Amino acid sequence: MNSSAPPIVEVDQLAKRYAGGFEALKGVSLSIEEGEILALLGPNGAGKTTLISTLCGISEPSSGHARIGGHDVRTGYRRARQLVGLVPQEISLEPFERVIDTVRYTRGLFGMRQDATLLESILRKLTLWDKREARVNALSGGMKRRVMIAKALYHEPRVLFLDEPTAGVDVELRRDMWNVVAELKKDGVTIILTTHYIEEAEAIADRVAVINHGEILLVEEKDALMRRMGQKQLEIELTEPIAALPKALAGFDLEIADGGRRLTYTYEATGERTGITRLLSAVSEAGLGLRDIQTSQSSLEEIFVGLLAEDGS
Amino acid sequence: MNLIAIWSIYKFEMHRFLRTLMQSFVSPVLSTSLYFVVFGAAIGSRIQEVEGVSYGAFIVPGLIMLSVMTQAVSNASFGIYLPKWTGTIFELLSAPVNFFEVVVGYVGAAATKSLFIGVLILVTSFFFVDYQIAHPVAMVAFLLMTCLSFSLFGFIIGIWAQNFEQIQLVPLLIITPLVFLGGSFYSISMLPPFWQTVTMFNPVVYLISGFRWSFFGEADVAIGTSLLAIGAFTAICLFLIWRIFKTGYRIRS
Repeated sequence: MNSSAPPIVEVDQLAKRYAGGFEALKGVSLSIEEGEILALLGPNGAGKTTLISTLCGISEPSSGHARIGGHDVRTGYRRARQLVGLVPQEISLEPFERVIDTVRYTRGLFGMRQDATLLESILRKLTLWDKREARVNALSGGMKRRVMIAKALYHEPRVLFLDEPTAGVDVELRRDMWNVVAELKKDGVTIILTTHYIEEAEAIADRVAVINHGEILLVEEKDALMRRMGQKQLEIELTEPIAALPKALAGFDLEIADGGRRLTYTYEATGERTGITRLLSAVSEAGLGLRDIQTSQSSLEEIFVGLLAEDGS
Repeated sequence: MNLIAIWSIYKFEMHRFLRTLMQSFVSPVLSTSLYFVVFGAAIGSRIQEVEGVSYGAFIVPGLIMLSVMTQAVSNASFGIYLPKWTGTIFELLSAPVNFFEVVVGYVGAAATKSLFIGVLILVTSFFFVDYQIAHPVAMVAFLLMTCLSFSLFGFIIGIWAQNFEQIQLVPLLIITPLVFLGGSFYSISMLPPFWQTVTMFNPVVYLISGFRWSFFGEADVAIGTSLLAIGAFTAICLFLIWRIFKTGYRIRS
């Protein structure tokens, strides 16, 4: 990521209203830096696909602006789209075409001459090389998904939109997919990803944007978000169960669990003083024996669910 | 101009045509041969010459027009409807191409396919009837203009259609009756005066008449009027397509 360079994707007050009055996007603003992986998270119907469709030219915005690589997606659509690759949520392929022809076709649409070496490399990475002569309708769902990805990569996009790319695919494809994403990131490709598998976003995203009801609720560095909103828990497993908290531990935010065999202490991950040292001293003073101690942190999924609940209330 | 994109669309469409070669070629050639056998040899032998031409030869331009128009509309409408149906239209909408390039690719392919079929029927006709083409250059020009204008029309049908039934209905319920009633198998002058007037509202009359003039030098309507009619039809189709892409009618949400 190059923070001094202008954002590669700039969205300014983008709105989308359908004829029936439904507002899919309500003035969304967002900047995406070149080379970053942004996870766009939100429940079904939140506006993720509408936002991607509007940026890619599939849907016309009602108002607002969006630029890709500095080019307006409407007035400078040729240059803007030239930079973009899209893997849509739905698998959409001409059923009777051969794999290699349908992948070649996409590069042609982008006005680029065929590159046999690059094509072979992409098809091999996605384990499609052996299937290149097969007709699309003879492929499994997972293989079709790979073809969709190959089509989106072959014109060498600088910005790649992945709309639920791993929905309903097996572990192997998911692993291949993330290997490809890691390589693209190394090459400086910007990736905007929507996924329902939040652990995936947690694993690979640089930043997280949460969208709900057509509005961006939050855009933040993933690590900072997890530090800021995440809570940590210290689990203390006791050698002997207790019926009630000893007086020495009364001042701590503790919960007794597992029939008195475990104490759970919740604290802010960002806090300067966690109170752990004092707590452990107090446990010792109370004469409790320790079998084990472990800490855990809230996942991105828990933070995400909490944000949506907050938005709903 | 994104020439590579135009060529890619054209090639992709032609590839589908070649994949279904038997269906694409054999069906129109067989049905036209049957027309020649029934109307030319069986019934035609009992009909006197029409406008100084044997009946078998007289129906050749009409038969070519019937196939060319039907095939142009079918191919062009199916060509653009299929991406809508499969969802692959997203590729066209998100690619750096403008409406003109998309239309040239799709309509160019559909016009080429119908031209092939027109030429094939023309060649087939020489096996059944003996005639000479009076104005070969004009004949080729008329054929090209018809292929192009009806492919444009088919493209509009493909955008408008929301199911396969609608795609099939237009050639079946509009093109075929208009061609049959547009003087394919008879001269307009053979009709009673009232029906002659009614027939003049059929735009296909002008195309068949002009096309027949290029074969035999005789026409039901002035050649200039025929050219004007085909020009006007092409212009209307181009305008509608321009509006479709401007507004995103049934393609862009």
